[in-house]
Amino acid sequence: MSAPRTMLDKLWGAHEVLRRDDGVSLLWVDRHLVHEGSHHAFAKLADRGLAVAEPDLTFGVVDHYAPTRNRDAIADPQIARMVGTLQENAARHGIRLFGLRDPGQGIVHVVGPEQGLTLPGLLINCGDSHTSTHGAFGALAFGIGATEVAHVLATQTIWQARPKSMRITVDGALGPGVSAKDVALHWIAKLGTDGARGHAIEYAGSTIRGLSMEGRMTLCNLSIEGGARFGMVAPDQTTLDYVRGRPGAPKGEAWESAAEYWLKLPSDPGATFDREVAVNAAEIAPTLTWGTTPEQALPIDATVPDPARLEPGKADQARDALDYMGLSPGRPIAGTPIDQVFIGSCTNARVEDLRLAAMVLRGRQAKVPGMVSPGSTPVRLQAEREGLDLVFIKAGLDWVGSGCSMCVGMNGDIVAPGKRCASSTNRNFKGRQGRGARTHIMSPAMVAAAAVTGELTDVRPFLTKRAA
Amino acid sequence: MVALPIENVDTDQLIPARFMSAPRSKGYGGFLLHDLRRDADGALRGDMPLNRHADASLIVTRRNFGCGSSREAAVYALVDAGIRAVIAPSFGDIFAGNAVNNGLLPARVTEADAEDLIARIGAEVPAARIDLETCTITLGDRDVPFELDPVQRTKLMNGWDDIDLTRAELDKIARYRAERRKTAPWAWPVAE
Ligand code: SF4
Repeated sequence: MSAPRTMLDKLWGAHEVLRRDDGVSLLWVDRHLVHEGSHHAFAKLADRGLAVAEPDLTFGVVDHYAPTRNRDAIADPQIARMVGTLQENAARHGIRLFGLRDPGQGIVHVVGPEQGLTLPGLLINCGDSHTSTHGAFGALAFGIGATEVAHVLATQTIWQARPKSMRITVDGALGPGVSAKDVALHWIAKLGTDGARGHAIEYAGSTIRGLSMEGRMTLCNLSIEGGARFGMVAPDQTTLDYVRGRPGAPKGEAWESAAEYWLKLPSDPGATFDREVAVNAAEIAPTLTWGTTPEQALPIDATVPDPARLEPGKADQARDALDYMGLSPGRPIAGTPIDQVFIGSCTNARVEDLRLAAMVLRGRQAKVPGMVSPGSTPVRLQAEREGLDLVFIKAGLDWVGSGCSMCVGMNGDIVAPGKRCASSTNRNFKGRQGRGARTHIMSPAMVAAAAVTGELTDVRPFLTKRAA
Repeated sequence: MVALPIENVDTDQLIPARFMSAPRSKGYGGFLLHDLRRDADGALRGDMPLNRHADASLIVTRRNFGCGSSREAAVYALVDAGIRAVIAPSFGDIFAGNAVNNGLLPARVTEADAEDLIARIGAEVPAARIDLETCTITLGDRDVPFELDPVQRTKLMNGWDDIDLTRAELDKIARYRAERRKTAPWAWPVAE
């Protein structure tokens, strides 16, 4: 009998081409996803006169600079150039590109799973830190920098030292209005933005088993906000049901043998982790950020922390964050007036997210302006089939095309200086949504509730009223 | 050496997203910590040490420097501004890898040593020395040890080029690929 192995052990072993004496492994990359930001890496490749080693395993997506309006004629020449450069590089190297007019276009971490390019058991790289999203399928997926992107393009492999293993076990039932986003913000607030640094997280427990694939993706997506490059959930029937029939997924006999293998990936009983953390689902309330890092998060019914009561390093940071965010210590976070809302991003713009937001907004009016950007064109079409677009539009929000949009503002969708935005995105860093922008991150349902009241609001009463 | 006594300096602060479409050949140094260094009207802020000492090559800062996105442009901004090493209690994982791939040293010191160095840097910019052999930072009469992943250390000393290194293993990669095609044919995407 061999020793019990973790899912990380199994995935790592399956991708190891070789291991150096210093313990660093050369790993085979099954899928490499590139976007407009990969221009530095393509330039490095061109400098050396190298070709893309495996164009069939490389996929391009236009997302970071994708205009969400007036796509046919990109007004900003700089944005047009970024999109054009990716198009040229994809064409030159024979890479399948999900371009602006492609029916599959969307945010890279939405497109991969949706198109069946993301499968359990794969190693997936992308020059983007939220590549951890794809780990929701039981894949080894991690973000890399431009030098590494160039390396993967040239060799289809990557050098990596194996991370330590960490298991976050979440058990129990989530309360009403509490979603995967809240689970993530809850553990990051507890452990810090570097709480899982150096570790690959496996999320386990009854709560995780009960999450849909979309919820699992949200959770794995946010792993990097807690410092972990990898976030994973073991494949199960929920995973197979999601993957089956997707365009890139195996069919027929290949499906059968793949599915059989995938269900062997979960960590063996008795496998040990370098670190274990337990979370009680019942303790998690709808959670949002008050400050300028994702660890500065609290339950919606809490008060803004007082720096005077924090330890010195944290106190400095809290003071600085309160100043930037224009908040006073000791006051309830709920009731803080907002200027606008944004529902979008690779964290929370899948159709399930839009359904939850629409459930809150149906028949109600938004007091503040806002944008809803679906995670992909297929998500947009699905939402329109369900009439969700009309719910948002009738509430007074803009229904726009898909892309990274106001998550990072590269396409020009930004929050004006000093304005406060309730946002379903993943980063509340200073200036993330635009210089001087004040971002509060939360679940799409919480964003919807904030839109209705014009202030940071507990979503729960909205849901109970609905149920009655 | 200049001090940046801030925790969690994320890559969005190191280089705001709006600058990232520039080609590297233009130089990224002017983008470094742009919104911390400049007022909304673009004027350099006098209270920012990096502005007063534009020739500084070492930065001491607080925990979790370089957290956030994988943008290597954050490292380009540091390197192009003449920074050779960042000294902090901890770094974002992706940032540290990107740094080493561009010859920038991410030197890990204890929280106490970081605070001590920050305190010793007064209004002036003291000259400090970093020895990669012994992993020591010397500031005046004070020697501070730092930690660096051994692999990263070798890489910084030898200036390894990973692509060439890997291309020496092409036969092993080809063997792995052939084996994976056999044992996991499903791992190749189905043609549309
Ligand atoms: S939506 Fe935001 S976090 Fe996601 S890939 Fe785009 S910019 Fe990055």
